[in-house]
Amino acid sequence: MSEQLHQKMGLSDQEYALILHLMGREPNELELGMFSVMWSEHCSYKCSKKVLQSLPTEGDQILLGPGENAGIVDIGEGLAVAFKMESHNHPSAIEPYQGAATGVGGIVRDIFTMGARPIALLNSLRFGPLHYPRVQYLFEGVVAGIAGYGNCIGIPTVGGETWFDPAYQGNPLVNVMCAGVLPASRIARGQARGPGNTVILVGARTGRDGLHGVTFASEGLDETSEAQRPAVQVGDPFMEKLLLEACLEAIEKELVAGIQDLGGAGLTCATSEMSSRAGSGMIIHLDRVPCREEDMSPYEIMLSESQERMLLVVENENIKAVQDIFTRWGLEFSAIGQVTGDGLLQIYHRGEKVGELAADFLCENAPVYDLPDQEPPYYQKLKSYDMQAVPQPDDLEEAFLELLASPNIASKQWIYRQYDYMVRTCTAQGPGGDAAVLRIRGTAKGLAFSADGNGRYVYLDPYKGGMIAVLEAARNVAAAGAKPLAITNCLNFGNPTRPQIYWQFKHAVKGMAEACRALGTPVTGGNVSFYNETSGEAIFPTPVVGMLGLLENLSCQVQKGWRRASDRVYLLGDLAGSLAGSEYLYALHGVLAGDMPLPDLERAAFLHQFLGEAAASKVITSAHDLSDGGLLTALAEASFAGGFGVEISLPHPENVRLDELLFGEGQSRVLVGVSLEKERDFLTLIRSYQLPWQLLGEVKGEKLTVRIQEEEPLIDLSLERVKAAWEEVISCCLD
Amino acid sequence: MTAWKAEIQVTYKKSVLDPQGVAVEKALGALGYDHVEKVRIGKYMELLLHAESEEKARSQVEEMCQRLLTNPVIEDYEYRLQPVSLERGTGQTGS
Repeated sequence: MSEQLHQKMGLSDQEYALILHLMGREPNELELGMFSVMWSEHCSYKCSKKVLQSLPTEGDQILLGPGENAGIVDIGEGLAVAFKMESHNHPSAIEPYQGAATGVGGIVRDIFTMGARPIALLNSLRFGPLHYPRVQYLFEGVVAGIAGYGNCIGIPTVGGETWFDPAYQGNPLVNVMCAGVLPASRIARGQARGPGNTVILVGARTGRDGLHGVTFASEGLDETSEAQRPAVQVGDPFMEKLLLEACLEAIEKELVAGIQDLGGAGLTCATSEMSSRAGSGMIIHLDRVPCREEDMSPYEIMLSESQERMLLVVENENIKAVQDIFTRWGLEFSAIGQVTGDGLLQIYHRGEKVGELAADFLCENAPVYDLPDQEPPYYQKLKSYDMQAVPQPDDLEEAFLELLASPNIASKQWIYRQYDYMVRTCTAQGPGGDAAVLRIRGTAKGLAFSADGNGRYVYLDPYKGGMIAVLEAARNVAAAGAKPLAITNCLNFGNPTRPQIYWQFKHAVKGMAEACRALGTPVTGGNVSFYNETSGEAIFPTPVVGMLGLLENLSCQVQKGWRRASDRVYLLGDLAGSLAGSEYLYALHGVLAGDMPLPDLERAAFLHQFLGEAAASKVITSAHDLSDGGLLTALAEASFAGGFGVEISLPHPENVRLDELLFGEGQSRVLVGVSLEKERDFLTLIRSYQLPWQLLGEVKGEKLTVRIQEEEPLIDLSLERVKAAWEEVISCCLD
Repeated sequence: MTAWKAEIQVTYKKSVLDPQGVAVEKALGALGYDHVEKVRIGKYMELLLHAESEEKARSQVEEMCQRLLTNPVIEDYEYRLQPVSLERGTGQTGS
């Protein structure tokens, strides 16, 4: 009977054989359920672990690397930052509002579990084309869910990115990132230390929601997914706010020996991971768990994914003090068991032992797979695509306006105006810029964050695309004047047991690892989301990188908009980009193809260093990175943000198409504004770096004018007209 | 065509957390009503529809509930259907 059961729970026959071997007997239903959720990809990383080991995780600034609830980075003056990104793709595809909301709730818990006060939320979203009603429903629901939870709990949603592409039509991506600040000396750990200590469950009551959520997330979506409804949980941000304050108070008073949030796989995950990390065990009494519904079985209690719960390990003399804190905040508080020294999880229900297994069985002993990989046939074909087949537009002005109206480039104001990005009043740069910048109270410092990932690039070339994801995220924080310190990531891919998908995964991680090494930005943790498929069609491989940058002096931050008429406009990096994988190529010609040039990692590191130095010495007045849409788009964005026009004259190198020059994309390219008074200092500084640069023109008037040398302008449009093409695109799609 | 009045009640599914219900239950407790439990809060809707038979009216209400009036992923619904006699033809004044 249980042979069919293990398959139903998503365990393979080999995995079941391994369980029998470990246990030395047949597991009962509860134990099997615990294996099933803990050995799912979501909890065990069984298919990704081997590949992820190639990512650099160490550096002088890293206080805590992957393995805990969030990574922690030293920012000096005794302070540290905890930050992490996580996906909530599958729940959001089924119930967009609650799926996205509980995604925010989960990542916030990961941060305050470490003892950090959350200060910022970011998100990275992917949807299908907006003209489909189902996509509109998902898009509106996800944005409202993020806003609903984030705004209620009082953490500003300060930035992120949103992309639209048919590849995400059935399987949207909802990646959320949270960052918090804590004293470097007081990191809370998710460990069950000290046999004899009491295990306490706090927060909300446990219900039947979200049973097998992680197993669900480790399968592809299909037409029947909507019927798997109990997998969706409803979040309660007000409850989480209470939980946040109570937990931080208990951690600040040094009353907890260990703490972990209950997310995927609920109590099973928290008890086994905390025990396994500390090499200890636990005795758990399930009838002491406060339940929302009657007659919940041990299986349901151990696997429930009810939100807003935390597991604490507390020394016995501190129980009273901890209880006082949680009672004062109006939260459930129940001592449900004890830490033991024998490494076993012993589960009791109504006085009877209903399960017993070693915590390590669920964590350390989870299987690790080295999967076969194979280069997909599309790879060489798309690489060798002949760009000469793409016609050059007759009217470049028209082409430019059309490009700006592509939802991927158009203003995302419709999204972020729903987010409270000013709450806590520490937001120095909110959404819409290259990076979000936050003040750290009591210091002169600032933090910069960005979230980036271009699935199209990764699809065309996973290795280069993986690099580009890191480079772009780093460039964004560097453009704000910050030094890139470390990354977190969300790796969104299709079904890894398909060799072509695994090939994408392997090469993307390799590219990311190389870029992280070159930039000195180690990986502090993150999450892998496989099985992003609808009826066998995988999404674009989409690694999303969340970057943390540090500004030693917040007053040196740089923004993307032009600051003053008469400022000089300089381009750092290559003049022309490439059409390969560009938004222009896709939006105007419907082509996704090409071979992107291999990014120069050394140059990228120089550029970021230069931007930091230029910001600190205040020789630039603005900086904006060139990404989707290329040079012209970046010029327009800097004009929109600054409210000034710009007049540019470009050289026209031989063998470069005009559309390549104007709309081509490439790495390590940044537009900077330089005031006339500082121009000499700027030139002295830039000459000391090995970077290509050129003067393009000046900030001027209320028009966007671009010409080749002294010729008649190619583009000569009023800023008002250009802005109109870009501004209301998303809200118009939804009407 | 007969007119039918549909009265629809929507609540969260039993297994789904009802934060509003929990908050109200707590507030009642704070006021001294500590013998109250299982507070669930939902919404009530009513509408008139025209259909040839009760069966057709039922299938329409069912469809509307599934497609728009409720979120079947997290909500349950119940409804009552009653024939209504109308003095004047509603909705047919051609405005």
